[in-house]
Amino acid sequence: MDAGTASAGEHVVTTSATTYSYTPGFYAGDRPRIVTSRFEYEDSHTIERFLATDGYVGLKAALAKPAPAVHEDVKAATVLGRGGAGFPAGTKWGLTPPGVFPRYLVVNGDESEPGTYKDRLLMERDPHQLIEGCLIACYAAGLSQCFLYIRGEMAVAQERVAQALNDAYAAGYIGKNILGTDFSLDIVLHWGAGAYVVGEETALIESLEGNRGMPRLKPPYFPAAIGLYGQPTIVNNVETLANLPWLMRHGVEAYTAIGTATSPGTRMMAVSGHVKRPGVFEVINGSTTFRDLIFGEEFAGGMRDGATLKAFVPGGGSAPWFVEDQLDLPLEGRAVGAAGSMVGSGAVMVMDDTTDIPAAALTLTAFYAHESCGKCAPCREGGTWLMRILERIVAGHGTSRDLDQLIQVGQTICPGNFPHASSERLGLTAVPFPYKMTTICFVGPSAYTPVHSALTLFRDEFEARLMKRTFIPVTAVSEPATADSTSLTAASMAGTVHS
Amino acid sequence: MARLSEDNVRIALEIIGRYPRAKSATIPLLHLAQQQDGFVTNEAMAHIGELVGTTSAEVLGTATFYEMFKFEPVGKYLVNICGTMSCALLGAEALMHHAEHTLGIKAGSTTPDGLFTLEHAECQAACTEAPTLQVNYRYRFRVTNETFDQLIDDLRNGRLGDEIPAHGTVAKIRQRIPADRGVGAVAPEDVTEPPAWMPAPQAQGSTS
Amino acid sequence: MTATDTPTLDDVPEPAPVDPNAVSITINGRAVTARKGDLIITAAENAGDYIPRFCYHERMSSVGMCRMCLVEVDTGRGPQIMPSCMFPVSPDMKVYTDSPVAKAAQEGVIELLLANHPLDCPVCDKGGECPLQDQSFSHGPGESRYVEEKRHYEKPIPISDLVFLDRERCILCDRCTRFADEVAGDALISFTHRGNLTQVNTFPDEPFASYFSGNTVQICPVGALTASPYRFKARPWDLQEAESTCTTCSVGCRTAVQSTRDELVRYQGVDSDPVNWGWLCDKGRFGFESVGSDDRLATPLVLTATGHQPTSWNSAINSTVQLIKDALAAGGPSSIALLGGARGTNEDAFAFARLAHDVIGTPNVSSQLVDGLPVGVLGLPRATIDQAASAKTIILLAPDLKEELPVLYLRLRDAVEKKRSKILEFTSKGSGLTKYAWKTVYYEPGTQADAVTTALADPAIAVQIASGDVVVVAGRANLAESSAPTIAALNVLLGAIPTASVLPALRRGNVVGATQVGIRPGAGGLDSRGILEAAAHGSIECLILLGSDPLSDVPDADLARRALAGARRIIAIDTFVNDSTALAHVVLPAAGYAEKIGTTTNLEGRTTSLAQKITAHGTSRPDWMIAGEIARQLGTDLGFSSVADVTAAIATHVDGYDGVTTNALAAAPNGVIALAPSIDRVNTPTVDLGDRNAYDFRLVVSRKLYDAGVAVAHAPSLAPLAPGVAVFVNPLDVTRIGSSIGAEVTVSSSTGRIVLTLRADASVQRGSAWVPFNQPTSAAGAVKIGDLIDAGASVTDVRIESI
Repeated sequence: MDAGTASAGEHVVTTSATTYSYTPGFYAGDRPRIVTSRFEYEDSHTIERFLATDGYVGLKAALAKPAPAVHEDVKAATVLGRGGAGFPAGTKWGLTPPGVFPRYLVVNGDESEPGTYKDRLLMERDPHQLIEGCLIACYAAGLSQCFLYIRGEMAVAQERVAQALNDAYAAGYIGKNILGTDFSLDIVLHWGAGAYVVGEETALIESLEGNRGMPRLKPPYFPAAIGLYGQPTIVNNVETLANLPWLMRHGVEAYTAIGTATSPGTRMMAVSGHVKRPGVFEVINGSTTFRDLIFGEEFAGGMRDGATLKAFVPGGGSAPWFVEDQLDLPLEGRAVGAAGSMVGSGAVMVMDDTTDIPAAALTLTAFYAHESCGKCAPCREGGTWLMRILERIVAGHGTSRDLDQLIQVGQTICPGNFPHASSERLGLTAVPFPYKMTTICFVGPSAYTPVHSALTLFRDEFEARLMKRTFIPVTAVSEPATADSTSLTAASMAGTVHS
Repeated sequence: MARLSEDNVRIALEIIGRYPRAKSATIPLLHLAQQQDGFVTNEAMAHIGELVGTTSAEVLGTATFYEMFKFEPVGKYLVNICGTMSCALLGAEALMHHAEHTLGIKAGSTTPDGLFTLEHAECQAACTEAPTLQVNYRYRFRVTNETFDQLIDDLRNGRLGDEIPAHGTVAKIRQRIPADRGVGAVAPEDVTEPPAWMPAPQAQGSTS
Repeated sequence: MTATDTPTLDDVPEPAPVDPNAVSITINGRAVTARKGDLIITAAENAGDYIPRFCYHERMSSVGMCRMCLVEVDTGRGPQIMPSCMFPVSPDMKVYTDSPVAKAAQEGVIELLLANHPLDCPVCDKGGECPLQDQSFSHGPGESRYVEEKRHYEKPIPISDLVFLDRERCILCDRCTRFADEVAGDALISFTHRGNLTQVNTFPDEPFASYFSGNTVQICPVGALTASPYRFKARPWDLQEAESTCTTCSVGCRTAVQSTRDELVRYQGVDSDPVNWGWLCDKGRFGFESVGSDDRLATPLVLTATGHQPTSWNSAINSTVQLIKDALAAGGPSSIALLGGARGTNEDAFAFARLAHDVIGTPNVSSQLVDGLPVGVLGLPRATIDQAASAKTIILLAPDLKEELPVLYLRLRDAVEKKRSKILEFTSKGSGLTKYAWKTVYYEPGTQADAVTTALADPAIAVQIASGDVVVVAGRANLAESSAPTIAALNVLLGAIPTASVLPALRRGNVVGATQVGIRPGAGGLDSRGILEAAAHGSIECLILLGSDPLSDVPDADLARRALAGARRIIAIDTFVNDSTALAHVVLPAAGYAEKIGTTTNLEGRTTSLAQKITAHGTSRPDWMIAGEIARQLGTDLGFSSVADVTAAIATHVDGYDGVTTNALAAAPNGVIALAPSIDRVNTPTVDLGDRNAYDFRLVVSRKLYDAGVAVAHAPSLAPLAPGVAVFVNPLDVTRIGSSIGAEVTVSSSTGRIVLTLRADASVQRGSAWVPFNQPTSAAGAVKIGDLIDAGASVTDVRIESI
């Protein structure tokens, strides 16, 4: 029926009971499902299926209560933001200055953090659930208009959400006097056009205002105070909002019964890279460990081809890397933060012992250098500089000075002593994440993070690549930096051990 | 090429009407222009500036920030091969080399017949299905050399016309807000009171 | 230690009442009192700790782009790295501007900014005055470790007729683009592309044609933007500089006048808080080219049988005095008239006013040229620019300020953008401020008094005005009208809003100063129109043109021609030969701008000092000296042996100028307000609109910033910017004319007929036609819009016909 699903025929999705071919990469398993409960239905994106499976029941439950009571429920359930920072949604809603109206909801569907694959599934597979979440949020927090910002490259998600919106308008779930109440709301579908940094919430607002998607000044720290059109604005991630219908249907107690006290509920995790069964899983929040996720039979099933784990990125491309020592950490923001990284956007990228570490670091650094918006000088200039040095090293032209140079350039973006995703085994002390930075947003530090992690953990691999000369031959000057000169140099990382 | 056609101006005005500030429609209108002409022309940018009330330079500034907008003709099929971490770990670079060989062009260029443009892409949010690519933003997962060649063959022979529109069209379904259901844009200058469903402020603070 | 540990605090006697706006902070360990709302960067600078910066500019919003101003700030949660341009001070904040972490961050940013910056300082105009260069020395690491290839762009590219952009030098600080958008409202340059490839550019084929483009060159912290009139002219260390005031128009922007080898090469805006905030318009900024023009008058000229011949000053003064004596003999003192003085200094004007009023004894003296308002407007309660730009309501009854008083336009635009003020505009044609106006009331030329009456009855307007604090900006919006309709409307406004004050939008540089110090009609004297009409009737024996060119500037061209033909003797004091001086019996070369010191008074009455920076051209002399010499030869010693004498005499003798002393001006760079309380306020004149008959269109004639005046015509960089002449009508009126856009049409009034190109312009209202005044035309004298205008009529109706 559409590209995203029709082409995935050859590999299948399994739950304990059933196999589905139309949700590529998703494995339901035998676990509680809050946001993926309809994924076994091929037509889960239609309003008919949605209504047949408790659709908009949560909205009705919410509308039966006064709006502040719904807000209190969301606070009590500690629904954590699923976009990366993990800030509780109910608290975020409460940061709007009193008495200032109108207030807006902006839905962050600009999923593009490397390794992250969940919001697109939620939009393609259950768009009405997201819409219902938007309605509940706007009702609870008194938000007058909702803008649903979907990443530009997600054509199918845009189509599914557009169709769902059209159907929901027609059925009276959106628009004037929803379900006969005095709750009225427009949800406007807005789509981006390709810029990772727009996932940063202030950049998202700039983009939604028709500007270049450059993060705004901080303070104010939260758009809740001054956001879209200068008004109080809540920016919530797709998955965060997708939790709300279930919460409203089943209540706070049922929600907090899953997961841990500080991280209740479930969360979507994508495990990719060198594992037997790369996939997306809805896991129990807080208690599931990285070892479960990477090696558990109901999850990624362990390393492919009998290889051993070399390193993994625990929370999206921006996160400092972990190694075997951190496998038993739970998927819980505080625990992972204390260990010097983050759970972030729910993306684990696994590298086995065949991985060319300098090339892997280059891939991520090149991504962030390319995606810099260009606003802050350290990110704009420093990110590209790091990329150039790495390119030289990967190409075999690095000099002995370049490794210290990488650290020094990185320190202009992240000054001081910073975090090591490491362990006592290496004689290093982890510094809690996040670290100091000279830039407005995290894109700049993210260009340095992989360099820092890789150099800290695998310095010998870099040293082995260096020239035995201390100068740079004239002929080694790389091509002028363009968007395209980067990924070619990411040497074949699949199954090749560097010599 | 051209300014927006009469039909597209109608769509543009409908889109503009959804936002409290017309400038917010800039990116959707740039998509509309790209859908019309296959790329974004200078005339269209100037026209969008007129429609949303900004200078052409501001439209250009916004448009060039985003990667999806092209300012010169590209192939009917834009093939984006992801090269970010998860795909790189699973052979993206080899796939790109194969694609370059199959199409006979380097990444960043267009085949002489104007059918294909090949580009490096950043993370496509399908990391578990690496290596991935998009053709005009329609996914292909776990791409092998063989499935890539089959895809190109299918596209060349028009076998995927139903699924994959020509470059410029992203979503084939547009949002339509029915006139009798729509609330309309809520602009800061029009509203200073809490919305109708919110209790009065004093009650708001008294939740126990 | 917590507060409870320090019981001694309770024993401290009750402190004196504290300033609620004072915030106590610590900077580098020193206790400092900052002002509430101050940014850290400002508070530190006030405390003597300069924090380096590139993107921060105190007249624009903070963007935090360059990250140069990073400091360590401790607000109780341990030191954090923060950009000091983004954070306001808060109580007990501890700021470290030069801690090891702050210094490392600053050095890092310098190194990163230099990474892609070409080291072409030896051939860069900015070298020597470059913030990047300077701060690389003061706050940089001293060397670069960047060995990769730098970014390359074509360099430089013209982004307008006046400004070149070198994108390789650009450090992407957002100053120029922010200025264009935030300050000028001309967002014609923008960042394009992204990340490391971000650059500043214009839209293809849409140049940065802003009247304020030169400001971007001045605020560029590197050599990325250069202005074509200055490129490769001088090195900063060879420049000499003096602070002065621009007299291109009557806003009176403060400037730094810069010269090298006795040649003016650049003006820079100086930040005068009550006036220009550091900004200049391009006409003012690049006007130095006309001062240095080779066309300047270098020696006195006398008219002989074979035309003008150069002569000595002695001989020229003798001839001048003889002409005056002959005129006195022939017609008595009142047969002598003086027109002009608005382009010189107060001292020049005062000396000539003394000569005319006291030595010659004529009351027929005027600083205007039938294109202003009766001098009585200067007797109305006067507003300052600051008052206008902070008034709740600004009522515009004025010409297009963007065209005539550009920096006043910036200030009023800012007042609207920052939501301090609402503009209520009365106009016949859309202006630069129309899109910022709260309400624009269009009136048919001549009917503004009715329009005002009707508008004041509007409930919304009535409520707005009833909230008080109203400033009226009043000027001559339409040269095809007499001043009568404007004065009538102004009187209606002031009658209805007695508390309103008035900012006179008169245009020529020192028209307010000249008028206030005495170049205005004495008792029973003629105003400029009266003088010209008297001359046309043959009753002026001697006409003294003090830097005025009636043939170019008087809207009624026929009146000007007849007046100059009818005046029996003409004495001209000027900097250039022009149409009017060509008819003079004696032409005396006057020292120009920056060639003489003195004072000037802007439209608010703000009097500031003018600096001399270069030697006067040729043998030219300041006007005050010429007046003194003529007076002496006529038997009266004015007592002026230096400019200071004249300045002192003004302070002594001129009502309102008692505070304007050399010492007071030296102590107050922003000047001293001098008003003229003795000028009577205006009376209601008669407005006679007549019958339109077969005339379809009512004419609007107004000025563009760039015209055929000397400041533009003799400046090679500016002259090409004059748009040229055409007749503009509303697009919906084009068909009514039976012609097409771009075609030649005849435009005829009761007094004349000219041929113009027809153009459409939506800012022109239906039923009216607009023609820009005094534009250069290709064939000499081919088109004179003044041929259609009758100074005696309230309005000008025209017929437009296809040929």
